[in-house]
Amino acid sequence: MKEGGAGPLDACNWKFGRMMKTNTILELTVKNHSGVMMHVCSLFARRVFNVDGILCLPTGDASKSRLWLRVKEDLRLEQMILQLQKLEDVLDVRRHGASHAVFERVGKYFRE
Amino acid sequence: MKYTGAEIIIKLLERHGIRQIAGIPGGANLPMYDALSQSESIRHILARHEQGAGFIAQGQARVTGRPAVFFATSGPGATNAISAVADAKLDSIPIICITGQVPQNMIGTDAFQEIDTYGLSVPITKHNYFARSAKELFEIIPDAFRVAMSGRPGPIWIDVPKDVQMELIEFDEWPVNGAPDPSPAIDMRSIQDAATMINEAKRPIVYVGGGAIHSGASESVRALIEKINAPAVMTLMGLGALPTRHPLSLGMLGMHAAPFTNHALEECDTLIALGARFDDRATGKVAQFCPDAKIVHIDIDASELNKIKNAKVGIIADLNDAIEALSPCIGPKGSNDWNDRVDQLKKEHPMYMPNLDDPTSAYGIIDHVAGMLEGETYITTDVGQHQMRVAQAYPFERPRQWLTSGGLGTMGFGLPAGIGAALERPEATVVCFTGDGSILMNIQELITAVEENLNLKIFVCNNNSLGLVHQQQDLFYEKRIFAANYSRAVDFVKIAEGFQMESYDLGTCIDPVSLIANVLAKPGPALINVPLDVHHKVFPMVPPGGANSEMILRDKITA
Ligand SMILES: Cc1ncc(C[n+]2csc(CCOP(=O)(O)OP(=O)(O)O)c2C)c(N)n1
Repeated sequence: MKEGGAGPLDACNWKFGRMMKTNTILELTVKNHSGVMMHVCSLFARRVFNVDGILCLPTGDASKSRLWLRVKEDLRLEQMILQLQKLEDVLDVRRHGASHAVFERVGKYFRE
Repeated sequence: MKYTGAEIIIKLLERHGIRQIAGIPGGANLPMYDALSQSESIRHILARHEQGAGFIAQGQARVTGRPAVFFATSGPGATNAISAVADAKLDSIPIICITGQVPQNMIGTDAFQEIDTYGLSVPITKHNYFARSAKELFEIIPDAFRVAMSGRPGPIWIDVPKDVQMELIEFDEWPVNGAPDPSPAIDMRSIQDAATMINEAKRPIVYVGGGAIHSGASESVRALIEKINAPAVMTLMGLGALPTRHPLSLGMLGMHAAPFTNHALEECDTLIALGARFDDRATGKVAQFCPDAKIVHIDIDASELNKIKNAKVGIIADLNDAIEALSPCIGPKGSNDWNDRVDQLKKEHPMYMPNLDDPTSAYGIIDHVAGMLEGETYITTDVGQHQMRVAQAYPFERPRQWLTSGGLGTMGFGLPAGIGAALERPEATVVCFTGDGSILMNIQELITAVEENLNLKIFVCNNNSLGLVHQQQDLFYEKRIFAANYSRAVDFVKIAEGFQMESYDLGTCIDPVSLIANVLAKPGPALINVPLDVHHKVFPMVPPGGANSEMILRDKITA
């Protein structure tokens, strides 16, 4: 990207960003309490950023949960991750490629 | 020790240094109010609307830089508080809203005044809490203060069901007070890169945002500006970081900037952004903002870097820390060609404020009040033409002197925010410039100001219109003025009288200058009606969506 040029949220990039269709898997470690799903989902929803897969279970240490999200690769994703990191209840965010096994394996429960 | 949840809240607020809380009681927060009535160190200020209470808290937080707390009941109390909290989110103001909620056994039953306060507050707060037990308050309250103050400040909402307020628990010790998290470590490589860019810059401009005020870094920012001898622009939120009359100040940038300010930005080769977020009202059309500049961007909020404009060097840091690290790497600069060029731009593209000498004119009233104010002063505004004129014309001297709703642009901000400022600074004079549209949005707080006998002077810039809407329709909607003019004029002098506030009309008085002087000299609250012609617009103006270079300079009437 050109220095000093428009950032990823500039209007033309926006449209372009939405056209790209590869999946990305996000792995979030979050505090295990009732509001945290809402914080994460609300963040995506209010920025009109689609999440098409969600998995969440407590980790071995019940004070934390692991939250897996499948989202579309998009130029705004970098900003979304930074926003996720700002949420008080989100302890860690990792980004994996589309080929991560987690959604593949549960996939069989979703094929009618 | 044995205390109820409500008593624990009040004690913890006392321990965190809270001394004045605005709010309104109701069924779901009565235990908290009962506990508050027994407090020896916290005063309660009874607002007349929860939005008013929220903006009073904002006024307190904006002048002190410390978190302020306000109270509301469940249901309508909570929904009324929302605009004030959302406003604090967009301007990064640390306020803590504590609401009552219906008892937990009634949640989900559509109980009287039950509303999903937690859910409603998610998108408009930095963080929010729902207290499930009195014990949880030991974590929640200190944590709320920590989050409100850490990094980029912001508003917090704590929802407390009535049964939690009434729950009696026994404990041995109070929790440790919440304190801000340590600032992030500085990346010295980026500091070096930034220093190189600044040292090599031929035409630098420093772009100062509200972050400079929030972080208490105004002095270091000023020292940096002076060291590199670079002109500086400020955002609406950054005004006061550098005195308006400082020789290197170019004032506010963007939609209503002085012409020379936006022209200088067009020519700059290095933009040094300090605690600023490239808001659209500041940048105009982004692609044409500082088209030739490389950018150094310093901000405590990582998500601001590269959000709108890509920076060549981005530094995530507290501004004070960053400037302290940066300064020794920077060579001082004397007067140079760029300073001369900016002086030339000032002469070629001057700021034009018509009728400054006339105290009854739109700019003149601001200039005269500024000239007559003495000692410690705070200025609040509402939203509209009057707000932009104050931003353009008032000679701000210090950080935190200027309180305005920047990000959300909420009409109704000025009066209650002024009350909050005056509560925290009883020795000072607080002036609120408002519009006849805006003041009606929280007019009920006039009586709050009277009850508290605050030294608050309200100037109603009265064009009997939603002036800024009128201006946009006139300029950009082919003069189709619709739903902007009021068909009946409100008599604000009488309204104020009804609220037992002293009031004056600048339009009918014989000697406006001595009227203003007398009002400012006499302690206590007062309202002054200032009749204005709605056809006088705020210029320059960048058309919404346009580039800053496309500003409209004036029209026939304002010329
Ligand atoms: C709560 C709210 N509603 C609507 C607006 C849109 N708006 C922006 S400026 C303005 C007119 C303000 O009129 P007034 O307070 O009389 O100030 P003037 O522009 O005349 O100085 C309006 C309606 C707003 N900013 N806030």
